[in-house]
Amino acid sequence: MSSREDILGRVRASLHRNAGNAAVARDIMATALANRNPGPQPAVASEPHALLERFRLKSEQASSTVEIVATEADVPAAVARYLAAMKLPNSAVAWASLAALDWAGAGVKIEARGARDADLVGITGCFCAVAETGTLMMCSSPDTPAAVSLLPETHIAVVSAARIVPYMEDAWNMARAELGSLPRAVNFISGPSRTGDIEQTIVLGAHGPYRVHLVIVEG
Amino acid sequence: MEIKSMRFKANAEASLANVVLQGNLKNAKGKFVTKRAESIKEIDDFEGTRDAAAAIRNKVIDNLDLWLERFETKAQETGAGVMWAKDGAEVCKLVIEIARKHGVTKVTKSKSMLSEEAGLNQALEAAGIQPVETDLGEYILQVNDNEPPSHIIAPAVHKSLDDVADLFHKVHGTPRKTEIPALTREAREVLRGHFLSAEMGLSGGNFLVAETGSVALVTNEGNGRMVTTMPKVHVVITGIEKVIPTLEDLSTLMRLLPRSATGQSISNYFSILTGVKKPEEHDGPEHLYFILVDAGRADVVGGEFHEMLRCIRCGACMNHCPVYQTIGGHAYGWVYPGPMGSVLTPLYAGIENSIDLPHAATLCNQCGVVCPVKIPLPDLLRKLREKQTDAGLRPLVERIGLRVWAWVAQRPALYGLGARFGARYLKWLAGEDKSIRLLPAAQEWTRGRDFPAPQGKTFREMYAARRKAAAQGDAK
Repeated sequence: MSSREDILGRVRASLHRNAGNAAVARDIMATALANRNPGPQPAVASEPHALLERFRLKSEQASSTVEIVATEADVPAAVARYLAAMKLPNSAVAWASLAALDWAGAGVKIEARGARDADLVGITGCFCAVAETGTLMMCSSPDTPAAVSLLPETHIAVVSAARIVPYMEDAWNMARAELGSLPRAVNFISGPSRTGDIEQTIVLGAHGPYRVHLVIVEG
Repeated sequence: MEIKSMRFKANAEASLANVVLQGNLKNAKGKFVTKRAESIKEIDDFEGTRDAAAAIRNKVIDNLDLWLERFETKAQETGAGVMWAKDGAEVCKLVIEIARKHGVTKVTKSKSMLSEEAGLNQALEAAGIQPVETDLGEYILQVNDNEPPSHIIAPAVHKSLDDVADLFHKVHGTPRKTEIPALTREAREVLRGHFLSAEMGLSGGNFLVAETGSVALVTNEGNGRMVTTMPKVHVVITGIEKVIPTLEDLSTLMRLLPRSATGQSISNYFSILTGVKKPEEHDGPEHLYFILVDAGRADVVGGEFHEMLRCIRCGACMNHCPVYQTIGGHAYGWVYPGPMGSVLTPLYAGIENSIDLPHAATLCNQCGVVCPVKIPLPDLLRKLREKQTDAGLRPLVERIGLRVWAWVAQRPALYGLGARFGARYLKWLAGEDKSIRLLPAAQEWTRGRDFPAPQGKTFREMYAARRKAAAQGDAK
């Protein structure tokens, strides 16, 4: 007997499985999978300005830094200012989805490709953002590779204010509506990587970025 | 992992006598408790959320066979391979087979307690494949001669900054560093090379989502993302009980897991991985395998301990346990310490191999109060004690002692006489000190503390005297 049959066989025996109770159980499963009811959610105001403020507050609590700009065209200059202030190089690996912005005009050199170990700065967009916890939702694809937000020491993310949703459950519904099925990797990111494994003292920059900077586009 | 739970008493005594460990435990204890208490205030309906989480876990465990089949079908549809392992030995065999098939010489691992259960690192080494632990805590332990973890969330919680400074100096051959950020940086640099060169990444799984055939991974360091993004092969090792129905259920559980574990509103990273890399993608594994592991779980389904299968491995029970806080995790002698470990070890590793563990608790129910999925841990510990007694596994002296006590307790006059004699004898024994340094028949108890001697009459004597006084008062 295969291990699969052995294990499932013992589970079935423990549950006294028969055709009758299997049919009942399948109904319960189908209902759960069709309804996808959310559990209790903490209150998050859904009015746009309140959502933006909540997202900003929670992001800062997670040790991200935040700048709000009016339009997408303002993003390259905001990124250049941040890089200069942090004394970081003016070159970065970026998602192809951001390549159309006028980076050269702001003095930032970007390469749209997958990330390499030597990349110091990674610039990404995000699929959407969750206000409840100050979290970015990243969906992997050829144009939005996952490692750009992981390998570089600095991660800069461009967030459209219109795509800030109250809850993670809203993010799932957005993904179902726009992507149909889940991408290979959904990465929720809340601030720079960290560890508390030595004496429960929090240190930023464990294996991923040391710093996460969010440029939120209002318009 | 070898089970050393039969040495619990000796291990606990050694832990109590270890001054360095006691300092480290004291340092850790307040942090987890305070941070959790703060973070759960953010959840308006915390009790309702716990109820919902318990219901989600029950929903699956009550029909685990069908949910597993559903998960398997969905995972296979995404291009993943699904394998089944009856025990730790089969886990090792399957992982080595996968490694050989893909020409793997190095495996980077993010934390998996099941790989500890299976002793996977030793098996990989024996097969000539290099395992590299990448969670900072697990890495510290691996380079310290494969020391076992003492906590499921913070594996090296028993280690001090000095311990780690000495260890890295010795193992890396670098100048000794004394700042935590510098030590973390050093580990980052060493491990980055491994992340980029390993052909296989191995992870546990916090949850398996039946709706989508995905695995959900909760990490802070980013090592979970590294091992599931950089190598060409990703192997997920999880217990069969980890399935949950939908992404909405995942969101509910995620409101509780990081808060219960580390007191964070959400972990830094939370990844939901589905299937393999598309040809035109820059990163991600080309091959994904799930190894669904029984190792004792199937036999817990539908039985008197089935509630334990709800466990989401947050560690809150041990963080709040007065026994764990005092002795640390190693004394428990296997992979899982604290109250959840005292239930899981007898269930998975044998009740006869862990006689003391169900007794390594005061039944104060701190663990039950903080458990995010409402597992009645003290009830389960009590049931395990009953099982031990039924199976005749308790020591002879205890068995006879309890019989004598039961016989006396059913005879009120005799009991009263015994209690009167006992109270006076103990008072006499204590003498001027009013406390007893060495109590006959309870020497283990008085080895660590003095026994305060009763100084007056028994409860029944006082109760009778009061009744009498009250009756006289009424008569007046």
